[in-house]
Amino acid sequence: MRMIKILLLAVLLTPFVAHSSGQEVELDKAPIDRTDKESLKRGANSFVEYCLTCHGADFMRYNRHRDIGMSEDDIRTELIRTGQKTGDLMEAAMRKKEAEQWFGVAPPDLSVIARSRGADWLYTYLRTFYQDTSTYSGWNNLIFDKVAMPHVLHHLQGWQTLEPGTKNLALTKSGTMTKEEYDKFVADLVNYMVYLGEPHASYRKELGIIVLLFLFGMLGLTYLLKKEYWRDIH
Amino acid sequence: MNKQQNSMMEWIDKRFPLTITWKAHLSEYYAPKNFNFWYYFGSLALLVLVNQLLTGIFLTMSYKPDAGMAFASVEYIMRDVDFGWLIRYMHSTGASMFFVVVYLHMFRGMMYGSYRKPRELLWLIGMAIFFVLMSLAFTGYILPWGQMSYWGAQVIVSMFGAIPLIGDTLSNWILGDFMLSDAALNRFFAYHVVTLPVLIVVLVFVHIIALHETGSNNPDGIEIKVNKDPQTGIPVDGIPFHPYYTVKDIFGVVGFLIVFCGIIFFAPEMGGYFLEDNNFIPANPLHTPDHIAPVWYFTPYYSMLRAVTVNFLGVDAKLWGVILMAAAVVIFCFLPWLDRSPVKSIRYKGPYFKIALTLFVISFFVLGWLGTKSVTPLHTLLAQIFTTIYFAFFLLMPWYSKIDKVKPEPENVTK
Amino acid sequence: MTDSGDNGKMSGRRRFLLVATSVAGVVAGAGVATPFLRSMMPSERAKAAGAPVEVDISKLESGMLLTAEWRGKPVWVLKRTSEMLDDLKKLNDQLADPNSERDQQPPYAQNPTRSIKPEILVVLGVCTHLGCSPVYRKDIAPADLGADWLGGFFCPCHGSKFDLAGRVYKNVPAPTNLVVPPYTYLSDNQLLVGSDSKESA
Repeated sequence: MRMIKILLLAVLLTPFVAHSSGQEVELDKAPIDRTDKESLKRGANSFVEYCLTCHGADFMRYNRHRDIGMSEDDIRTELIRTGQKTGDLMEAAMRKKEAEQWFGVAPPDLSVIARSRGADWLYTYLRTFYQDTSTYSGWNNLIFDKVAMPHVLHHLQGWQTLEPGTKNLALTKSGTMTKEEYDKFVADLVNYMVYLGEPHASYRKELGIIVLLFLFGMLGLTYLLKKEYWRDIH
Repeated sequence: MNKQQNSMMEWIDKRFPLTITWKAHLSEYYAPKNFNFWYYFGSLALLVLVNQLLTGIFLTMSYKPDAGMAFASVEYIMRDVDFGWLIRYMHSTGASMFFVVVYLHMFRGMMYGSYRKPRELLWLIGMAIFFVLMSLAFTGYILPWGQMSYWGAQVIVSMFGAIPLIGDTLSNWILGDFMLSDAALNRFFAYHVVTLPVLIVVLVFVHIIALHETGSNNPDGIEIKVNKDPQTGIPVDGIPFHPYYTVKDIFGVVGFLIVFCGIIFFAPEMGGYFLEDNNFIPANPLHTPDHIAPVWYFTPYYSMLRAVTVNFLGVDAKLWGVILMAAAVVIFCFLPWLDRSPVKSIRYKGPYFKIALTLFVISFFVLGWLGTKSVTPLHTLLAQIFTTIYFAFFLLMPWYSKIDKVKPEPENVTK
Repeated sequence: MTDSGDNGKMSGRRRFLLVATSVAGVVAGAGVATPFLRSMMPSERAKAAGAPVEVDISKLESGMLLTAEWRGKPVWVLKRTSEMLDDLKKLNDQLADPNSERDQQPPYAQNPTRSIKPEILVVLGVCTHLGCSPVYRKDIAPADLGADWLGGFFCPCHGSKFDLAGRVYKNVPAPTNLVVPPYTYLSDNQLLVGSDSKESA
């Protein structure tokens, strides 16, 4: 019996241990901290500045940013660029149809992109654009081959090229940021997109701790109750 | 109990058999006193069912079964509805936990021979519940209308297309269109929120009635009704379900809730196993995701589907895969008649059965793991080997259970 | 139905544990019920749709009624003439609540004209009887409303009558005056209906 239990447990755990998909390029770990509200605010500003022109975040309301410590006024002055109200959804400035003509595909909505791609993927993706004359936009990406999106952040990061026959990128012309500054910029942006994917996540964990504490108390109580009744049984 | 309450009960009992029902199913329903850990999962399955019904009703209040609006309405629930995220995670986690609990409940039955005479019908009703549960999971998974919803449904419905002659007509009839579209989403919604829940509630009720007719089995696999106290007529090894098993099950419920809430609050996607990454991308009929896999609870059967790669007896591999997959589920129904052992419980069964059951469990997990992986020649070979073991467990059972060396069953239940 | 088991008596310890578990169970039940009940409150979308609305009254002439929409309900903005304002004073003995004592308006509209600026009336055009929208009848002494009608609102559903400050007449089905929603002036000609703080514009 014991044998079976151990076997069961071992087999039960294998899929969790073995869960790693075969990615060609190793993803960089995104150095993000969901509780860092300043980082989230910087990310929100960059997101509105660089992403929201073409991509929407159609499921997110501006006023939700109170989660990350922004007041109605902050939201109005810092985030809203298009005369919307604070209760409105974060829709793209560019119309979907136009964008589709422009890039060939409609830029995807970014509300839950961090949940489908993961933070590490986004962090790597935004840092591995390189120049490629064979593509329509003139840009390509190490982990998203023939991506339709041009590198909109190149004036910050600079221009990279792929060393032939390798997966290494070389900076050929620098942008306005150093590598460290740019990495931090992207980390803030990715941190924000993770928040954007699940705005309630921090509250979820806070509530979870209270619920679990209560349940552990209740477990003790019900255990004693069970013991008490079962004293009758011989 | 005071006088007023007594007359109140009398009033009710003349009109509804409340006291009789209470006694028959709780306070004077005698269950074996030696239930162990494995006996929590029946009541836990009931708990999860209630959770699914309750959260389901509240999700229905905000969900839109429309191909153009479904995905957005789920995110609406997650963000705009107060506590909508909690209700949705309770439902999505509940779906997976339903299978965890039911699989363990079935495994318990297999260990202790709960399917054996006189509980064959109880086992068959349980299997019917399992089929309905699978249908519920399938129809429910379509509703968020993400990429995995779409392509998962596409693959499953295509299986019906494998049936000779009527296949194409049948899949069009199921979909109500020539492709997976709004029509299918709308009708799967109807099945998921009306037809199947009603069915499962009725079946669970019947399952409990059948259980209380035969009485519960126990880890020793002996019938406690055989050995009754001559004065009272109460089984010597029986104790009233209420209060003893109610307090015990409440303890089990709280223990389960700790795991359940741990997942809901700290890992609702469960590493992509409970909520898959690709399902956060809206359904796109023109683009299949690179890697599609069903939710974990279907993966063992999914591997079997993929394991068949050769045409055989003039029937093509696709149809064999579908047949094999269906057989893998249906074969459980024959257990009561496949098991020829003179004893019920694994405690008194011999080494053959123990080895067979262990191999079966391993093959179930390996097949489940393979089902989440992409196809490679090695994976296919493994799937073929373990599919064979899976079926051998059942098909060879009449033989190995008969010749197995068994230990004598005790007269009374043991600790 | 006893909870005592075989021995028929319940020990103090058992009773205590039973009560403690029951109390914890009730707390847990309330904890579970809360999110479900709260999920039925207006969602963020409904709140956004029900956000305060701005109403431009620059083109509103004396005696004219403008209907705006807030939370799916008609909001009337009426610019009253000086005669209309004078007439309000004559009606007190015919009205059920002439001094707006019942809580049907924000404090800043609890005055004889039921408004911030005397000539501009802002009121929800929803009858306090059963929710129909009354009709603006500014004609003096029409045949159907009688000789002493000085202009007001008449509800076609059940015949309730209100004066030009939305005050209800006596002996009609409607129990209370029309509701004055929270509102404020963003500028002389710009009203914000739905909130009395300029912040939420």
